[in-house]
Amino acid sequence: MAKIIAGVGSSHVPAIGAALDNGKTEEPYWKRVFSGFEKSQAWMRDTKPDVAIIVYNDHASAFSVDLIPTFALGCAAEFPPADEGWGPRPVPVVKGHPALASHIAQSVILDEFDLTICNKMEVDHGMTVPMNLLFGKVDKDAHWPCPVIPLAVNVVMYPPPTGHRCYMLGRAIKKAVESYPDDLRVVIFGTGGLSHQISGPRAGLINSKWDKNFLDNLSKDPQRLVKIPHIDYMREAGAEGIEMVMWLIMRGALDDKVDEVYRFYTVPASNTAVGHIILENRKRSAARKPATKHKRAAARAKVQRIRS
Amino acid sequence: MPREQHDYDDIPGTFVFDAERSREGYGINMFCMSLMKDENRKAFKANEAEYLKKFKLTPEQTEAVLKRDYNRMLELGGNIYFTAKLGATDGHSFQHLAAVMTGSTQPDYADMMLKGGRSVEGNRSRSGKNTPAKFLAAGAASKKAAAKRKAPAAKPKAKAKPKSKTAKRK
Repeated sequence: MAKIIAGVGSSHVPAIGAALDNGKTEEPYWKRVFSGFEKSQAWMRDTKPDVAIIVYNDHASAFSVDLIPTFALGCAAEFPPADEGWGPRPVPVVKGHPALASHIAQSVILDEFDLTICNKMEVDHGMTVPMNLLFGKVDKDAHWPCPVIPLAVNVVMYPPPTGHRCYMLGRAIKKAVESYPDDLRVVIFGTGGLSHQISGPRAGLINSKWDKNFLDNLSKDPQRLVKIPHIDYMREAGAEGIEMVMWLIMRGALDDKVDEVYRFYTVPASNTAVGHIILENRKRSAARKPATKHKRAAARAKVQRIRS
Repeated sequence: MPREQHDYDDIPGTFVFDAERSREGYGINMFCMSLMKDENRKAFKANEAEYLKKFKLTPEQTEAVLKRDYNRMLELGGNIYFTAKLGATDGHSFQHLAAVMTGSTQPDYADMMLKGGRSVEGNRSRSGKNTPAKFLAAGAASKKAAAKRKAPAAKPKAKAKPKSKTAKRK
């Protein structure tokens, strides 16, 4: 059986990708941002997921205003990086996992989430920047460490799906993954945010208090987040801050109780507050069989006896 | 037909790209999308007004594009991820566009961001709805009711930065 073992939340600021691609990571401004992800990269190397599902949004790259799908799942074998006006980012083509992706599509559509299926799609910084932040810099001719299933969410045209809808889609994805026969360890990313507004006379808005509360509740009480109406995101966290709803898909795909293993927050990267969190599902054995707790305590006591 | 009114129209300095603007701004956004290709950028630069005719813009939209009035473009249905491509065609960084939209200079705007960005205090509402959202008022505390009562006390924290005036004006 496949299972989701952890969730990652990460901003996907394009300037972070540009800084990486143009060798600016050692400049103090960017070092402040990149140093916050060093531990995350070590965590990712240890975790070695078999597949990553990455929830992100397209920024007028794969989708123009001709087609605006609310949820679009990438079922292709590979996803080339998009040319966003300066040539494609110098990162490897992203390999997909078509078998698991189509399994998820089939399962969640029958669970009443009307996904758009993409059998051909380019991916932009919305997806490749978080991949770099967690997997590190990967040479264009090398390979990303694991296959990726992209889930593009419309957060460009109002209204994006509600936070509740996103959370419930996460639930449906969890169920879909857990009904996949192969033993795959899956990590799910929610990307975008945190607070920022990049349009209009109010551009530059940042709300750190909001961001902190969001991260706190994401760990401990996500039910409070699913009730936040869109107007509150836009008023408090900026017109573009509304993309934080994508983090709720990630959270919905995790267990109710999770362990927060890492968090990082800094302002600014370009026009945006950078937020990052890693949440792990608790080990099944510990959650399901309380007896093992006693066994562990006994084992610890034994070790202590040996030491003394 | 006048634009339908929405709760988010109360947010100052903000043009929410909703379904109505998406429909009205189709031409602007597809024009901007065309600028992803180098040959189109060259054709546009060679004769801007002529190039724009292909996209069936309204006279107001055409004027906004020719004048590089980025806020007006947003108001008339442009979306920032699309209009940014016009900025890039002109050789401008995104922060330059942000500074233009906020009526600031690029160094001042960059400085504001380094200092933590534009405060939300005084920038929530055109009509004086300046109480923080419920989600914030209750904080992470479990005693929701008690926290709610305390919420107004958070108000004096508001530091109306001089820069926020730019946003208020709109």
